[in-house]
Amino acid sequence: MLAVTDILTFVFSSLIDDWFELDTWIVITAALAAMACAIPGSFLVLRRQSMMGDALTHTVLPGIVAAFLLSHYLKSAGWIATDPSDPHQAFDATSYTFMFAGAMLTGVLTAVLTEWISRQGRVENSAALGVVYTSLFAVGLLTIRLAADNVHIDPDCVLYGNLESVWTGPGEIPRAAWVSGGTLLFNVILVTCFFKELRISTFDPALATSLGINATLIHYALMAVTAATAVAAFESVGNILVIAMLIVPAATAHLLTDRLWLMLVLAALIGAASAAIGHAMALVLPPLLLAPFADQPLLSGVPIDSLDASTSGMMAATAGGIFILALLLGPRHGIVLRMIYRLRLAIRIAAEDLLGTLYRQDETSPRTGPTVDHKSLVQRFATWRLRRHQLVTGSSGHPVLTEAGRHAARKLIRAHRLWESYMDRHFDVPADHLHETAHRVEHYLDPELRDQLAHELDTPGTDPHGREIPDD
Amino acid sequence: MSPAHRSAPGPPSPVRRRRWLPAALLLLLATPVWASAGRQPHGHDHGNTPNVTDRTSGTSLSDTRIRWPGWRKVVDTLLMRQYNTRTVLLGTILLGIGAGTVGTFMLLRKRSLVGDVVSHASLPGIALAFLCVELAQPGKGRSLPTLLLGALLAGLTGVLCTIGIRRFSRIKEDTAMAIVLSVFFGIGIALFTVIQKLPTGQVAGLQQFIYGQTASMTSADVRLIGMVSILVIAVSCALFKEFGLLCFDEEFARSHGWPTVWLDLVLMALVVCIAITGLQSVGLLLVVAMLIIPPAAARFWTERLGTMTVIAAVLGGLSAWLGGIVSSLFARFSAGAVIVLAGTLFFMVSLTLGTRRGLAPRLLRQWSNNRRIGRHDLLRTLYEMLESQLDTFPADSSVDPLCLTRLTSDEILSRRSWSRSRLAGLLNNAVGDGLLDASDGGWKMTATGAEEARLVARNHRLWETYLILHADIAPNHVDRDADLIEHVLEPDLISQLLEAVSERYPQMEMPPSPHPLEPGT
Repeated sequence: MLAVTDILTFVFSSLIDDWFELDTWIVITAALAAMACAIPGSFLVLRRQSMMGDALTHTVLPGIVAAFLLSHYLKSAGWIATDPSDPHQAFDATSYTFMFAGAMLTGVLTAVLTEWISRQGRVENSAALGVVYTSLFAVGLLTIRLAADNVHIDPDCVLYGNLESVWTGPGEIPRAAWVSGGTLLFNVILVTCFFKELRISTFDPALATSLGINATLIHYALMAVTAATAVAAFESVGNILVIAMLIVPAATAHLLTDRLWLMLVLAALIGAASAAIGHAMALVLPPLLLAPFADQPLLSGVPIDSLDASTSGMMAATAGGIFILALLLGPRHGIVLRMIYRLRLAIRIAAEDLLGTLYRQDETSPRTGPTVDHKSLVQRFATWRLRRHQLVTGSSGHPVLTEAGRHAARKLIRAHRLWESYMDRHFDVPADHLHETAHRVEHYLDPELRDQLAHELDTPGTDPHGREIPDD
Repeated sequence: MSPAHRSAPGPPSPVRRRRWLPAALLLLLATPVWASAGRQPHGHDHGNTPNVTDRTSGTSLSDTRIRWPGWRKVVDTLLMRQYNTRTVLLGTILLGIGAGTVGTFMLLRKRSLVGDVVSHASLPGIALAFLCVELAQPGKGRSLPTLLLGALLAGLTGVLCTIGIRRFSRIKEDTAMAIVLSVFFGIGIALFTVIQKLPTGQVAGLQQFIYGQTASMTSADVRLIGMVSILVIAVSCALFKEFGLLCFDEEFARSHGWPTVWLDLVLMALVVCIAITGLQSVGLLLVVAMLIIPPAAARFWTERLGTMTVIAAVLGGLSAWLGGIVSSLFARFSAGAVIVLAGTLFFMVSLTLGTRRGLAPRLLRQWSNNRRIGRHDLLRTLYEMLESQLDTFPADSSVDPLCLTRLTSDEILSRRSWSRSRLAGLLNNAVGDGLLDASDGGWKMTATGAEEARLVARNHRLWETYLILHADIAPNHVDRDADLIEHVLEPDLISQLLEAVSERYPQMEMPPSPHPLEPGT
């Protein structure tokens, strides 16, 4: 383990100037936390309960506070043993057990209350969630203030996390890394054991119930696990950014794949990548961006290199950046690919329309007419492509079909007129309405379908308007 | 053509142009910025909202007891004699009213959590606005209009991103909201950590945008909140019909040519205005809660949009008032959290007692309904048991023949699958209602009971006959259907039924049962 960190430190420090062993441990801790979060997060995204993740990260606060108070009182009453070496009595195994139990209880409580209010009170689900989480969070804030001296809880630490202080010394594995790693291991074991149940109840709760799987139980168990994971990640990435690690990598993975197991793996990897890149960005990006303004009075007296940003903030930002990349460039659902596909289709249709127009002109009055005026960019590009494939020659204002072009156009016109004949025979459509539909369908009729149509119509010679149907 | 004729309802005009909507939107967004002109956020570097009297009472933080206030203090607080209390109460009440109003529309549009997204998403806007202005004009960065403008722009960007992600990908709305919320907030945190390392950024004043500083609200804050609240209420009133249409049937609004996209944007802008204004004075948690809790509570009291909006605004104001008072009485209660909890209290009261959707009225209705149904079932059973003997009594008797025969529990149980305890309950209720008399181990009907029993039995048989005649249902299948409907038949429906079955049973007081009454036959 330590050898691995040495290697990682070496690699990163050769890339980034001020990278030390501390930074490696920050990245490892954050990556473990992010990977642990990605697993329940994926299920939240698929179950459309992402905002439940947001709510849970807030509502565990009263649970943690209550757990701390309880363990404190039990210790001071002498019911459980204390560790004399820990001045705050806050971070021993007992406290951790209490904290996780408290968080899981409040997690389930949030889900139960939301469910109950929205069902019994007929309140819309997200509103019920809003009511429950703001109320519980307020209870937590009040309790913290009332119990400020008995319990060593710093609200700021719970809210923003304290990644920079995880490291305890060279050669030691930080406690936060143990906690995050343990949670990750626990989540992985849970998912492996109950993969089938989770999958069925996520995608088809009704089917799950009919198969004898208790979907409600799984729902509440997921809430408890999410709450526990959130608590484990608090210490490193902080309350509010846990939601980023829960949802954003999972949503990114959801854009990239349709397989559940692949989504889980991808989400974990993306979470880990956001941690590493995020920390590097936190070190590198602010000095880089602020360097041009170094002579401004705002930055006077501050060494530019010391202006590093919060790692957890940059982690969330990096995860957001990866999400945008996936949104744009994703293999099947990416915006860019879809746009390219649409553009190619538009160009093909424009080109075929031009071929059809030229063919029809040739039919009525051969070799006449400067009639084709192509205005739009798509049409220009279509013409350019037709010329390149030598389907069309002549000047730009007077395009003329070549022999190959005539052959291509004939196929299209044949599709058009066959479709018109087919519509005319089988549907009750007036003759002057046939063209529009055929004009749209003609681009999608392949040779096989054309032959089938011709066969069905007993190989007609002319279309309903009396024009000749050309051969393929 | 007469004026009356001209104003007769015709087909709706195809396009309702509201050219001024974009301009109104701009004006709307400009208001908080303009209203805060020339001001700086007050700087108190402290954690979450401290209690109202923290500064004056000087309570030690190590004091964990809840100290009960003296009566002088209670009177002082209730009469708002202290300037500080007055300011804080007025500010939060105004905010509660404004947030309640606009929150109503958001609740009905199922977008309650948008306020949450907006207030988180505005953080990077504040930081960026500070940085940009500091770089352009050193020392001017902390003016409130600049920061609010940044917050407004970032908040709106956040909302637009949510809409965009949902529109252009397979990501669902809730996930889109969570992504925007967390990523924007993360960027904001990252920017703030950098700013705090700058020499000018160390002074607080930016931090409070996250928690707010309810206790250190100034009269200028109150003015700002007041103006924004009035603006929000004015716009809500002016566009009330349009917003209502948007909430209940967006497709219909669009098909009638209303500019739904612009209306939606105006509504969002209202939320952003309220959220941003509240953010810098009372903090994130309180804003989110104020936008959600009062409207959700108001929903229990009414089914009308206008009434609901008013109730939500009143509840928002009330919870702010109650929370403010309590937090100023108890030294260690922070105002923001107490106000939220006051709102929760009103929500729970509404949930239980709300007249339209509350639990208690609904349970009460259910209980009285069940009782009535039980009474009907019992009386009809008794009638059917006695029916065969009716002919044996002389017709001219002054006593109703139904009241003469005594029936025991066992006899009744032989006709129905009731448990003994249920029957005992039914009989008890009937005796209490004066429908039955207990007489040595059995029960007799009173005159009122006999009357009602006849009515119930007749309704039951009318419906059965109707089903057989007009719905083609087999005689041995009608009993169950009639069982369900007999309790809710209204008098005019009865007269219609009488007419419908009159061809079969003309002038009949009591139609015969179309199926055997003895069990097991």
